Amino acid sequence: MRFFIIIFLFISSFSFSAENIELSKAPVDLTDNLSLQRGAKIFTNYCLNCHSAKYMRYSNLQDIGLSAETIKNDLLFTGNKIGDTMSVNMSMKDSKKWFGAAPPDLSVVARSRGADWIYSYMRGFYRDPTRPMGWNNTVYVNSAMPHILWELEGEKILNPKTKKLEKFSSGKLNAKEYDATIADLTNYLVYMSEPDQLKRKKMGYYVIGFLLLLLFLTIKLKKEYWRDIK
Amino acid sequence: MKKNSKTQNKSGGLVGWVDERFPLSSFIKNHLTEYYAPKNFNFWYFFGALALFVFVMQILTGIFLTMYYKPDAAQAFASVEFIMRDVSFGWLIRYMHSTGASLFFVVIYLHMFRGLMYGSYKKPRELLWLFGVAIFLLLMAESFFGYLLPWGQMSYWGAQVIVNLFATIPFIGPDLAEWVRGDYLVSDATLNRFFAFHVIALPLALAGLIMCHLVALHEVGSNNPDGVEIKDTKDKKTGIPLDGIPFHPYYTVKDLTGLTVFLIVFASIIFFAPEMGGYFLEANNFVPADPLVTPSHIAPTWYFTPFYSILRAVPPILGSQFPGVAAMGLSVLIFFFVPWLDKSKVRSIRYKGILYKKWLAAFVVSFIILGYLGTVPSNIWGQFSSIIPLLGGVDVATFVARIFTLVYFAFFIMMPIYSKKDVTKKVPKRVMM
Amino acid sequence: MAKSSKKIDLKRRKFLLAATSATGAVGICALGVPFVSSMSPSEKAKAAGAPVEFDVTQVSNGELKTAEWRGQPVWILNRTEKMLSSLDDKEILTDPDSNSPQQPKNCQNATRSIKPNLLVMVGICTHLGCSPSPKLKDGGDMGNNWEGGFFCPCHGSKFDLAGRVYKGSPAPTNLVIPPYRYRDDKTIIIGESDSEKG
Repeated sequence: MRFFIIIFLFISSFSFSAENIELSKAPVDLTDNLSLQRGAKIFTNYCLNCHSAKYMRYSNLQDIGLSAETIKNDLLFTGNKIGDTMSVNMSMKDSKKWFGAAPPDLSVVARSRGADWIYSYMRGFYRDPTRPMGWNNTVYVNSAMPHILWELEGEKILNPKTKKLEKFSSGKLNAKEYDATIADLTNYLVYMSEPDQLKRKKMGYYVIGFLLLLLFLTIKLKKEYWRDIK
Repeated sequence: MKKNSKTQNKSGGLVGWVDERFPLSSFIKNHLTEYYAPKNFNFWYFFGALALFVFVMQILTGIFLTMYYKPDAAQAFASVEFIMRDVSFGWLIRYMHSTGASLFFVVIYLHMFRGLMYGSYKKPRELLWLFGVAIFLLLMAESFFGYLLPWGQMSYWGAQVIVNLFATIPFIGPDLAEWVRGDYLVSDATLNRFFAFHVIALPLALAGLIMCHLVALHEVGSNNPDGVEIKDTKDKKTGIPLDGIPFHPYYTVKDLTGLTVFLIVFASIIFFAPEMGGYFLEANNFVPADPLVTPSHIAPTWYFTPFYSILRAVPPILGSQFPGVAAMGLSVLIFFFVPWLDKSKVRSIRYKGILYKKWLAAFVVSFIILGYLGTVPSNIWGQFSSIIPLLGGVDVATFVARIFTLVYFAFFIMMPIYSKKDVTKKVPKRVMM
Repeated sequence: MAKSSKKIDLKRRKFLLAATSATGAVGICALGVPFVSSMSPSEKAKAAGAPVEFDVTQVSNGELKTAEWRGQPVWILNRTEKMLSSLDDKEILTDPDSNSPQQPKNCQNATRSIKPNLLVMVGICTHLGCSPSPKLKDGGDMGNNWEGGFFCPCHGSKFDLAGRVYKGSPAPTNLVIPPYRYRDDKTIIIGESDSEKG
């Protein structure tokens, strides 16, 4: 009893410093090829101008149901071959000069930041005249990235009193449509960070099924031989 | 023709030809079919064989990774992604290697715990234990060198922190660290030499030590959960220990089952959760190494965290971090002394008294809690209220780590005392199944 | 201790051993597949070895230009009428009718090409892999009887203006004609035959 009282007093003497931002859950569904295709389109149209995805090959997109023709016509930049990787023309030095920080490569961003972070980040931009690009972000404070998709979402501002984001102007999409767009983009980024994910999981079922069969046999074999031992 | 005893067991054919030139059949006899192991091996006795399996897996997957990996600071990160995406089944080989590395430590820790429980280090197995601790030490080095290779943020900064630990050694520190790095900072030079250590130097040394470990084991024979020496009770006619059974086929068949269970665990992780919540493959390591950006939270891989906790728990003394480094080093090296710290007349925990059991439990609890604390920043539980004397303002987690560091060392340092004082039970002459 | 009946059922043991071994063997073979497969050309290698486009209008009559495909030199030779007439002399050749499968089906003809004048050929000697030197002009240092062709400096193999090997050369077969096709009159795609249009 004394032990528990001591523990209780001990814990109550703590003072915490929480520094976790609340993230919204990203609705990731890698089996939804249409969502992935929409996300691929958004990524190549908006993001590839500044960010590279230099470990991802255009030809990989055939796995999510896009034909080689569609990839060549709709997604490839001029001069690129379908086997090329999604590199970007802007040099790291220039981009650092222009933006203050070089836009990082996004090939595996879903593995380093996580889907929820990306989903929340892309929906966390607000107007901030004190920043060089005029934008700030609730998830990544003082991010150097401008709100590329502002024409789709419209503008938001941060209410200094409530610390919550409020709508300032409308964009081409309403809130629900914009969220769905970001969901597609996030979905695509999760897929791009490890294109073989679905294949991996499928193979896993077969392997474990096989191993369970093997386990059954090895147990039977062991028990048979160990009948000798008293 | 009268057969003399020497030629009694000669095999014909190909095997016979080999046997005349190479001890093939005698090896199989002495180490498998007529190597007598105690019949009462339990769950804890799977882990030695599993460790050997994981070692072979790591070498095999390592060889295939080396076909594509580029040990150059400018190409390393990209080459790993290349393996994951462009190499046929490259992702599978990579995950087998990363999961294997973590599972190697799971298996080894359980293997060592078995040794502590059943007194497998006691005479005449002290040398066996020493080889084992040496293997453990080299394994830590091997995984440390391997972890730099993906050249992610965690790889880079983890290496930076650990190499800087060497810099705290009085007098020779800074020069030693520079010599290890091959540069003023962790760079391409460091990566290249860590690659050489990881791929050939240490695996070769490990293979040699593992061989010595097995030779030492077979020389004295295996211990068992009762700590009873089976060679003390032999059959009068055959000379075979009464409680011994041939390793083959009984333990080959049993280890096969254990291996299959292990493979199911292995496969479950590889195919369904290779990152293991960020413990086996850390999220921050998917960001390429950047010497100019220090991550907000640097933690070593999970299997080093107990020792890292001990390092952090010791405050700087006289302006030097060296005492922490020394404490961390000692926390591993102290394992070497266990055969001589344990003064108990009894081998196995089954016949030891309540004192040993409590201390071992305390040690395990310390190891686990220190391990957890090593994964989180020291301010995770906040600070003590400043009104409390002495502890005011101190990180709670650091305080807890200090308590358990003391418990950890006390397990070893107090062992000569409590193991002698302990009231033991009578050890049976024969093993209990 | 009761006496246990130590009757070993050998049949059951043999069966279980066989069943487990067979299953285990299947497992080990399956385990080998990813490792063996990983050594085959990666996506990167396949992308780098992809077909190459070439503008044939830049090769004037009588001129030879070199393209690169899969790391190999590929000669594109725009043969003149005189060069084409030199192909009639067949007695000096080892395989004048290109019976050896060194070319796609549509190039197994007198000129070893799709269009008669344009020769597309891999510039690597079929002996031990050196790159032969083009000796397109008559005579010169190749002697009075030379009507143009290729000469390999490493071991002296000779080839005519369709890449067919001379008798007595160390090289056993004619030079390789790669798969290629005309995308239009101006462009060929080296590495792609008509049947595998991308």
